[in-house]
Formats: sequence, structure tokens, C-alpha cells
Amino acid sequence: MAEAMQKTSPMAVVTALGPRGMITLRGDLAASKLKAVCKALTGADIPAAGHATVVKETGLAWMSPDELLIMLPHAEVPAAIAKIDAALKGSHYLAVDVSDARAVFRVCGSGAREVMGKLCPVDLHPDQFAPGQFRRTRMGQIAAAFWMRDAATFEVVCFRSVADYAFDLLTVSAKAGPVGYY
Amino acid sequence: MLTLTCPYCGTHADETELAPGGEAHLKRFGPGSSDEDFEDYLFRRANPKGVHFERWRHAYGCGKWFLAARCTTTLEVYGTYPAQTTEPPEHILETIAAKRPGWSWEADT
Repeated sequence: MAEAMQKTSPMAVVTALGPRGMITLRGDLAASKLKAVCKALTGADIPAAGHATVVKETGLAWMSPDELLIMLPHAEVPAAIAKIDAALKGSHYLAVDVSDARAVFRVCGSGAREVMGKLCPVDLHPDQFAPGQFRRTRMGQIAAAFWMRDAATFEVVCFRSVADYAFDLLTVSAKAGPVGYY
Repeated sequence: MLTLTCPYCGTHADETELAPGGEAHLKRFGPGSSDEDFEDYLFRRANPKGVHFERWRHAYGCGKWFLAARCTTTLEVYGTYPAQTTEPPEHILETIAAKRPGWSWEADT
């Protein structure tokens, strides 16, 4: 990880967050057993396509038609996977702890939309992307996904192997200053 | 720049978010087929100037393969649809027929 875990610029503060519990869950998202166990773990309903229900560290994100990302405090992951295994036993599913494979960043500030908009081929106009939505996309040269914690805060996840690159990328984008597009 | 709508996640995906997969609706010739059929299956492509059906993968997004109908000269996109089909769906063919009178899927294949 980059030595500084947080960099501040007038546009936004970029912070590398500590480990977050993440479980990849693949299966039939319409199945009632799967819905029930996700609700029990996170308190959230299965989000619609392109959406996420994340409150603080806990929630669900829609990754693809048959895949969810379950986010939890890091320490709760082993118990959560045991619960999923018990609940979905006998059905076709996959639940894997991917916490150590991921890095999480927070981009917070009045220019957060522009910091992200400069890096991703995504329309981030407030009419098009708002808190509650979730987007997997390309950020610079790497795969990343993000959602908005509130109107001025993005949370970004990417693979830990490219965490240094992602942190530098976000920092440079914030440092370069506003474009004034949104 | 090509922008395709992924039929699985509804995302308007920029070309840089996608991975190309070549021509769509190829009929597979495997073990037991003649050498000519197998060679055609491997190497012969339509490469048309005009309406083309292609495979794309939403590589940086949901990761799913889907199919797209577009024009290779104007980059006009007629539509995208899930990959679980051996021929273009009716609504795609109707869209193309409305915009390219005289074109037909049968004549093209």
C-alpha cells in the first residue's frame, strides 16, 4: 500500500480504507432461501440490477444477474459463510471469502464526482448516478466498482494487487483540479 | 466510439469496457465433420461492409457474453441481445429491416 493512506486536495479527500469483509455469492438471486439468508446477514433486500444497498460497512451489491457482493465487517466473514452454507445446502451456489483480494477506497468531497468521472467511462451526472446505484467499470487501466455512500462520497473497490495504482490514480485525479462539467 | 447496452445489466457500456468476441451465430463443426467444414468454422468469416452480428463480453462489468447487431461502416447499433440464441431475435431483424430496406438475414448468411 502507498505509505500515505490518505491524501487531501481541494477537490476531494482520498482515503485507503482498512480491510472490509467481502463475500462473493453466486446463485439464483430469485430463490427465497438465498434472499432470506442475505437479509439475515445484512438486513438488506436483494438490490435491483445496477444497485447496492450498503449502510456503513454492511450491505449487498448487485454484481451480475447471478452474483452478489456481500459486505460485512471483516471479523464476521467466516461465520457468515457458515450461515450461507447451512442455508443454501443442496442448491447450486457458490460463497467465497474474497476480503483479502480486495482494496477499498473512499473519495469524499465536493469534487468527488469529477475525480471519478475523469477516470471511468460512466455518466456521473447527478441525474444519472445517485446514492443507491452501483457500477462495475474500468478505472484507468483496471477493473473497479463503486457506489455512493452519500451525495459527496464515493466508495471504490478494486483488486488488492492493483491497490497502489488505484490509490495513485484517484490521488492524481483529485490533485489535477476541477473541470466544472457536472 | 462504440457504446453498447449490455442486455444483462442494462449498462450503457463504452467500447473500452467491453471485450470483442468476433462474429456471432457461427455454426460449430467439431469431431466427425469434414475438413472443409471445420476449416470454414475456424477461419471463414463474413466480414461484411454493413450489417454485422457480433459477440461482445462485458469484461469490466457484469462479465457476461452478449450479442450485438451493428453497421460496420456507420457504427450504428441496431440492438443487443442475450447470447443464448442461434439466430437474431425478431425485433432486431425488424429494426434492421426498417433501417436497411432490402437487407435480409437469410441472404446475409
